[in-house]
Amino acid sequence: MAEQEKKLDRRFTLAHREAWIGVGLVLFNFIWWFGFAYGLGSAPVEEYSYILGMPAWFFYSCVVGSILMMVLVAVIVKSFFKEVPFEAEEEEERV
Amino acid sequence: MNWEVVIPQLIFLASIFIIGFWASRKIASKSNFLQEYFLGSRELGGLILAMTMIATYGSASSFVGGPGAAYSQGLGWVLLAMSQVATGYFVLMILGKKFAIKSRHYKAVTLVDYLKGRYNSKAVVLLSALSIIIFLFSAMTAQWVGGARLIESLTGLSYISALFIFAVSVIIYVIIGGFRAVAVTDTLQGIVMFFGTLIILAGTIIAGGGMGNIMSDLANENPNLVSPFGHDGSLTPLYVSSFWILVGVGVVGLPQVAVRAMSYKDSKGMHRALIIGTIVVAFMMFGMHLVGVMARPILPGIEVADSVMPMIAMEVLPAWLAGIVLAAPMAAIMSTVDSLLLLVSSTVVKDVYLNYVNPEAARKKVKTISFGVTAVLGISVFALALSPPDLLIWLNLFAFGGLESAFIWPVVLGLYWAKGNKYGAMASIILGVGTYSVIHNVWPEPFGMHTVTLPVFISFLGYVIASLLTDRSVTPANMQDGAVKG
Repeated sequence: MAEQEKKLDRRFTLAHREAWIGVGLVLFNFIWWFGFAYGLGSAPVEEYSYILGMPAWFFYSCVVGSILMMVLVAVIVKSFFKEVPFEAEEEEERV
Repeated sequence: MNWEVVIPQLIFLASIFIIGFWASRKIASKSNFLQEYFLGSRELGGLILAMTMIATYGSASSFVGGPGAAYSQGLGWVLLAMSQVATGYFVLMILGKKFAIKSRHYKAVTLVDYLKGRYNSKAVVLLSALSIIIFLFSAMTAQWVGGARLIESLTGLSYISALFIFAVSVIIYVIIGGFRAVAVTDTLQGIVMFFGTLIILAGTIIAGGGMGNIMSDLANENPNLVSPFGHDGSLTPLYVSSFWILVGVGVVGLPQVAVRAMSYKDSKGMHRALIIGTIVVAFMMFGMHLVGVMARPILPGIEVADSVMPMIAMEVLPAWLAGIVLAAPMAAIMSTVDSLLLLVSSTVVKDVYLNYVNPEAARKKVKTISFGVTAVLGISVFALALSPPDLLIWLNLFAFGGLESAFIWPVVLGLYWAKGNKYGAMASIILGVGTYSVIHNVWPEPFGMHTVTLPVFISFLGYVIASLLTDRSVTPANMQDGAVKG
């Protein structure tokens, strides 16, 4: 039993770390999104610069921001997320 | 009738039925009916998991209401919609492995099962089952109305016949195929949504004479349309940011999403779903809403916001291609409705009937009851949708916000905070739903934020304070089943 508890603990430590990564990613995502949208977008519209036909605030916040998040998620999942078994033991229940 | 548009829809419906029948054969072969029917025996892989999650929350609001709002608000609404990118990774990272392990440990099939295992309290079970039934019922009605309206506008059938076609298709494949049919059809629907978005985005940019041209047309009509502030400057940064709670991080608390975090086969599937999910949701939300904005210079003066998507598809694409693309919003609506129908049905069967009415029911009886309840629920939603309420997006968001306020903390803090207990969960559900309903009616959008913000905050306080106040009265035996080990 004690052996099993230890195994559970290890899996949960890992799960907790991954959850914090999720929180960190959302904060980063939000700051990037907000910073570019309102940092560049608050200027008068006549002074907007355009990239690929889109207003710069929109391009950086929505286009670059999303691509960046895709890449970040892929890299982080590949390099920091560990595979663990979900079942403690065989738990087949019949109904 | 416009057959070039109708035929692709018919092919789409036929494929969905084939999947339903295929899944129904799986059900017969599995020894555990409840696990299979309501959770697909926890066998989902990465692609199906990602698609079913996205398709479930990428509902009528993202494919019909959303582009309509973007049409009138401009790029500010696309910015708002991009808060949903977070759902692609946040839900699975937060619930992630711990929720999967815990729900297997509790043998949970529904979100309420998980809460029952974690908090060991009849009151929590009944309160949560009740909120799910009430709120998701209204969400379902809104979605069915959307589905029927869409068929109506595409085919020229009357609203009632459209609703009938829609209802019969969904009810049949959900009843016969259960969760596996829902998840696999969601995947097909997700793929249709993805390529539909791609095609219509390309078609609209070409029809508008290129991105630069469209943007200058918009800026000429009203400079606010290319600013982040909405057509009349009313989209404040605070208001737009508060959607991060409603459609971004708060989605963790939605039962139809949480239940999917119980259904994956292994951590490898979860990892793949994280990557696929983020890519697909970001692209679809961006594409669909941007199409709504770009439709404005191409088709000015559309009065009914919900018809922007169908009209622009028919305008910029050849009819047969528009027919294929318009299967996308249909797919979005169906994939949300099927999940909700199954979820409400599982709540009634598993959480109410098997817990409190007849715990000893035999396999055959459970099976009959599951099919029966799903059918009765489907038919009652159909009846309600016959005289539809007007504001599709409103009802839908009402259900989302109410459920998020109720469940986000009992689920998340239940997983990660050992001191959280049943009193905290009760306080959280009652305060969440209660304050949401009150604020929504008497003080909408307090301090210029979306209504959901304050109830989520209040229900957090309720959870923490009630848990701390009653900390000593909860027996250690009770705690042992909870998150102490974690």
